Amino acid sequence: MAPRPLWLLALALLCALSVASLLTGAASLTPGAPDAALLLWVSRIPRTLAAILTGAALAVAGVVMQQIVRNRFVEPATAGTPEAAAAGLLAITLIAPDAPIWGKMAVAAISALGGAALFAALIRRLPAREIFLVPLAGLILSGVIGAGVTFLAWETDLLQYISIWLLSGEFSGVIAGRYELLWLAGAATLLAFFAADRFAILGLGPEAATMLGLNPRAVLRLGLLVVALVTAMVVVTVGMVPFVGLIVPNLVTRIMGDNLRAALPVVALGGAILVLGSDLVGRLLIHPYEIPAGTILGVVGALAFLWLLWRGDRDAH
Amino acid sequence: MKTRSAIEITGLSHAVQRTEILAPTTLTLPGGKITALIGPNGAGKSTLSRLIARIEPPPEGTVLVNGLDVAQTPGARLARELAFMGQHTGLASRLRVRELVAFGRWPHCAGRPGPADSAAIARALHDFELEPLAGRFLDTLSGGQAQRAHLAMAAAQQTPWLILDEPLNNLDLAHARALMAHLARLREAGGSVLIVLHDLNFAAGWADHVVAMKAGAVVAEGPPAEVLTAPGLSALYETEIAVTEHCGRPLVLHHLGGVAERRQEA
Repeated sequence: MAPRPLWLLALALLCALSVASLLTGAASLTPGAPDAALLLWVSRIPRTLAAILTGAALAVAGVVMQQIVRNRFVEPATAGTPEAAAAGLLAITLIAPDAPIWGKMAVAAISALGGAALFAALIRRLPAREIFLVPLAGLILSGVIGAGVTFLAWETDLLQYISIWLLSGEFSGVIAGRYELLWLAGAATLLAFFAADRFAILGLGPEAATMLGLNPRAVLRLGLLVVALVTAMVVVTVGMVPFVGLIVPNLVTRIMGDNLRAALPVVALGGAILVLGSDLVGRLLIHPYEIPAGTILGVVGALAFLWLLWRGDRDAH
Repeated sequence: MKTRSAIEITGLSHAVQRTEILAPTTLTLPGGKITALIGPNGAGKSTLSRLIARIEPPPEGTVLVNGLDVAQTPGARLARELAFMGQHTGLASRLRVRELVAFGRWPHCAGRPGPADSAAIARALHDFELEPLAGRFLDTLSGGQAQRAHLAMAAAQQTPWLILDEPLNNLDLAHARALMAHLARLREAGGSVLIVLHDLNFAAGWADHVVAMKAGAVVAEGPPAEVLTAPGLSALYETEIAVTEHCGRPLVLHHLGGVAERRQEA
């Protein structure tokens, strides 16, 4: 399939969804209504942008992680990275509750980086051919970190506080002034675009990367940085949004292959479409009430993941 | 010129968890020639070739490629001096063959290919008969086809030195011979090749220089006629091997040792 039509098709679909998203909500948006402009600028536009940024960033972070660890069945959300970000947030909340928001973000990002690096170090010891051990190790790591965070939060009476991050991500709370951190995730995604060839070469293995004059460890660190920044900003702003980083890269690379320079724009668009679409469905299903986009994605994603597993390991890197 | 393009190895050794894989080795691989590295399993052939190609971490001793110290020279610079193809793990990336071969130009163009790069890619695809497969994904290819794609990537790097670790694995006879002929053409153009071989007759037929290794040490080196002898090979592989001559080159009859014994018994 030629990449250009796919790219254009995805862009057109995203535009249509964006318009629908701007027009959909508990309050009706009729032109000329007194609060229409306010509603649009304070709620609908930020919410739409937040869903697009989240989806694009998570999908790109997913494909980056899959390349650098050379396994198609992982994404940050199933490898403990969001839990690690939450652990950092919890720690800074306990140690320095009055830290400025930027300080908290930095700690969350560093902690996410630590979690992602721990995952990369863990799976280096696994036999490369056992492709299903890698996602399994990720799930175990995320379970362990998540349990630790929950225990600590329970002991310190902060359970409700952390549940904002670790429960299903949702966009109903997004208003102007409360989503801008996601632009940082967007910036990290741009970083991935510039390093696309490097990630694709690392996907050939550290040996091939060395042979072509790259430092595989440096490329790995760059990839982990992208993954950690994206995950931390998304977890802090909207909470856990599962499966985007898993399904979208798998679908796109199946058609376009692992040449990330060509595939990344489509992966980013696909992620934006999936998250914005899920948010939209969540707003419509029990209108005027809402289902979190993360919940919709949990259902859709679990089914898609099962399908990926059922398809077997023949394409699995 | 010849000394400048040689690989000079001095006191190179390697150990994994105190087990010696490569005993201290001093060796010069001549430039402008095809050097075959032979020896039984576990002799350290792969280790030596990987150390030269700086795939393994910097070891004891020094390796100079065209006068550049492998441990000190930036990887991007070395990638224009030597290309390496190792044995594959079986994890195939979902890249198209053309995209894989194009990555061979990364050391020269860092992702912004010019006309020279496009020409090198087209040439490598042609040399390894990959044009019909250029649009196919690697993970849909057979083992031998994927092997040729990786060889073409190394060839597209167009480096003075090409180091190949058992490149004939997975290749059928025709493609194996085509690869050796390709290496001979590289040599005529001034290139240098180090190739790990299990089939001794490819070494006998194509190599200018043969290095024999056993138990982590170089035990013999020299022209094929000097190294590929019946006593030498029989001792190297610890099994009876006969050698005859064909067109002025050694012909190794590794499969006939037992036949001679049985004939004597009868």
